[in-house]
Amino acid sequence: MNITDSLTHTDRRGFFKTTALAGGGLLLGGWFPEKAAAQEAAAASFSPNVFIRISSQGAVTLFAKTPEIGQGVKTSLPMIVAEELEVDWEKVTVEQAPIDPRFGGQTAGGSTTIPSNYDRLRRLGAVAKTMLVTAAANTWQVPADECAAASGVVTHAKSGRKMSYGELTEAASKLPVPDEKAVKLKDPADFKILGRRITGVDNPKIVTGEPLFGIDQKLPGMVYAAYVRCPVFAGKLKDVDLDAVKKSPGVSDAFVIEGTGDHYGLLSGVAIIGDSTWSVFKAKKALKATWDDGGHGAESSAEQEKKAVEAIKGKAAKEIRRDGVLGEFPADLRSVDSVYYYPHLAHANLEPQNCTAVFKDGKLEMWAPTQNPGSGIDGIAKALKIPKESITLHLTRIGGGFGRRLMVDYMLECAEIARRLDGKPVKVTWDREQDFQHDYYRSGGWHHLRGWVDVAGKIAGWADHFITYGLNSDERPGNGADVGGGELPAGFVPNFLLERTILPSNVPLGYWRAPGSCAIAWAFQSFIDELAHAAKRDPLEFKLDLLGPDRDVSPSGGRGRPYNTMRMKRALKLAAEKAGWGKKMPKGSGQGIAFHFSHAGYVAVVAEVSVDAKGVLKVEKLTAGVDVGPILNLSGAENQVEGSMLDGLSAAWFQEVLIADGRVQNTSFADYPLLRISDAPKVEAHFFKSDFPPTGLGEPALPPTAPAVCNAIFAATGKRVRKLPLSKENLSQT
Amino acid sequence: MKTYTLTVNGKRLEASVAEDTPLLWVLRDTLGLVGTKFGCGAGQCGACTIHLNGKATRSCLLPVSAVGEAKITTIEGLAESAKLVPLQQAWCDLDVAQCGYCQAGQIMSAAALLAEKPKPTDADIDAAMQGNLCRCATYKRIRQAIHTAAAV
Repeated sequence: MNITDSLTHTDRRGFFKTTALAGGGLLLGGWFPEKAAAQEAAAASFSPNVFIRISSQGAVTLFAKTPEIGQGVKTSLPMIVAEELEVDWEKVTVEQAPIDPRFGGQTAGGSTTIPSNYDRLRRLGAVAKTMLVTAAANTWQVPADECAAASGVVTHAKSGRKMSYGELTEAASKLPVPDEKAVKLKDPADFKILGRRITGVDNPKIVTGEPLFGIDQKLPGMVYAAYVRCPVFAGKLKDVDLDAVKKSPGVSDAFVIEGTGDHYGLLSGVAIIGDSTWSVFKAKKALKATWDDGGHGAESSAEQEKKAVEAIKGKAAKEIRRDGVLGEFPADLRSVDSVYYYPHLAHANLEPQNCTAVFKDGKLEMWAPTQNPGSGIDGIAKALKIPKESITLHLTRIGGGFGRRLMVDYMLECAEIARRLDGKPVKVTWDREQDFQHDYYRSGGWHHLRGWVDVAGKIAGWADHFITYGLNSDERPGNGADVGGGELPAGFVPNFLLERTILPSNVPLGYWRAPGSCAIAWAFQSFIDELAHAAKRDPLEFKLDLLGPDRDVSPSGGRGRPYNTMRMKRALKLAAEKAGWGKKMPKGSGQGIAFHFSHAGYVAVVAEVSVDAKGVLKVEKLTAGVDVGPILNLSGAENQVEGSMLDGLSAAWFQEVLIADGRVQNTSFADYPLLRISDAPKVEAHFFKSDFPPTGLGEPALPPTAPAVCNAIFAATGKRVRKLPLSKENLSQT
Repeated sequence: MKTYTLTVNGKRLEASVAEDTPLLWVLRDTLGLVGTKFGCGAGQCGACTIHLNGKATRSCLLPVSAVGEAKITTIEGLAESAKLVPLQQAWCDLDVAQCGYCQAGQIMSAAALLAEKPKPTDADIDAAMQGNLCRCATYKRIRQAIHTAAAV
């Protein structure tokens, strides 16, 4: 791909004009005059849809529609197109797609990219191949079904004639585009690309340090900005000494942004503009401002815990689901009563929030590491009161998503700062402290769980009083802070109760990798393990028994996906078999098992741990059994499962966001540690490659990991972990 | 503001910046070498790792005024020609990266390790790579890639 080619893309109809530079990191998107040569080349190309462009020289360019946050879609999406298009993967050039409704949804979240695009991308690849084959058949005046395509060449076997895709672009461009629903797809048994181990398309740029990420963007004449918000969430600026800030070395300007007043909108603060990131960071640290905290300056984790303890003693605010009867069980039932607590978490993307933009003549052009471009454009249009059509957004590669970049607060800040700078390009970069203190956190919460097992060793009853947080509300749970009434074991046990109490909090909550599930699985799968031990049964056997016969268990209220027990049981058996479940373990060592269905994926994890007499934990190995249908890219799939397990371990072991004085106390990786290489256990991902439609892998291997580890700790020590993070638990034998 | 002449990837480059500016920001903002990443600004994550006279160094904590005549190597200069060094090649072939943001720092730490210990053990890798955080937790492949490059 040369630079000229990448500057302007025009399809044969001439309406696909954009700059695909953002992902490539060249920084001149809207700044170069359009190159006539590039336009001509593009006009001569074959582009039956926005995902595919084949030049008359045969160069194949495929566009990846959703943002790359490390989940691998910039590689796996074009692989799907290339498979049906019948081109050699090694010859394909991949570009990040521009924002365009013709691509369909362009959000990266919820592990949805693969399931929602697999079928359509296959069809669009097949549409292009069909047209190229038809073009060749027409040229040779032979029936199309006597022609076959492979490796970018159409062949008529009977006559031995061949034409390359490049040679066919002109003729194919003149054909009507067939109905994508009617095209013939390949038999998966004939796949040449999908299922293979394909390495990431950006790897060569990553290992040589080429500009790829949002933070790497640079525009001619660009200035640098820092932004200071009220340390208490959504507080408003009262007073600031702007003159003092402006005297700081390298600082050229400073101004106040009023904000829109809501936690998810444009937040009130002070923008500092200067000649380098360092200049504005220094000025930011020295800034003297006073704030109106809106009466939220007293909230603390400790106070909230006291309220939760009171709530657990009292009556729940709301009943969510009740099946059968509870509490009137015969005396010979074994009962267990436990409270589980998990803390708030931060996303801790290694690339801090940042955004680059220029606002000129009423139009905004922006380069953003966002998972959620649509929401960003909507939010900017609203905050700046400009039409959406006046916003051009370029997607960059993203240094970690994990759900943080579904929120668009940093984009709104950058847009408003750019507007105020009128014509001057600006990059806003957050420092690490700010990144920890202005996140949208994974909600902490409590589950008061009561369970009963009958004489046959089965769960007879399950009751949960769930305590969670709401954004200054005791009626509505915060984002990602709820538990649905359909969550296992609901629907799997005869007597079931879920009740909920919401503690109001001013801390904004958000979606953290495997939202909801990341916390639910830990509490529920740990408690199921407690019940297995109460029943004196092997945890694997107990869990298989709980899942019961092969069937689809309907989701609560008919919404969402059914729970296929056959798929979960085989994921469990696969993990158990590969990990050697039940093998003899030395003293102080143990195995634990857990499973969870989320994001349409069935994953079971077996953990192996050892704990020495002093209570020092070593996680030896994590083994996953996974059923997400067929595997599209084996390398990417393994990476996601292995990384998700370690992310789940990292959070459960070390991480806790603490609130005091209404603000987050964590400021750095010293008080919010990430797992290091020396603590990282062996990881193995095993797939049950089924014929179900393929689903995503960015999230589902995370939830079962923490409970597998805690269940293994119990097996090793007899100590049940009911509070996270693990690093604060005393696991010693004294 | 002061003008510094730095030796970066074998080239003499000038930068006029404040004396306390960390080398990281001189590289990224002034010299346009953005391969070296900002992660924490406190030497806690390793994303900003470069070589200073061949030693792995956190550029976010090193003021430009302290660099002097030391030779700076960044990820952009690790390969002296268009051909990748074995570490970079192993990183590509084993598909180490997920988001990729920390990987320049990981590779620079690994390169310094291999320069010192051409055949590192797992314990050597743990010790040398301890300060490089990977939020995607690609540690298994980082370890494999170092062993692979060591075997070349």
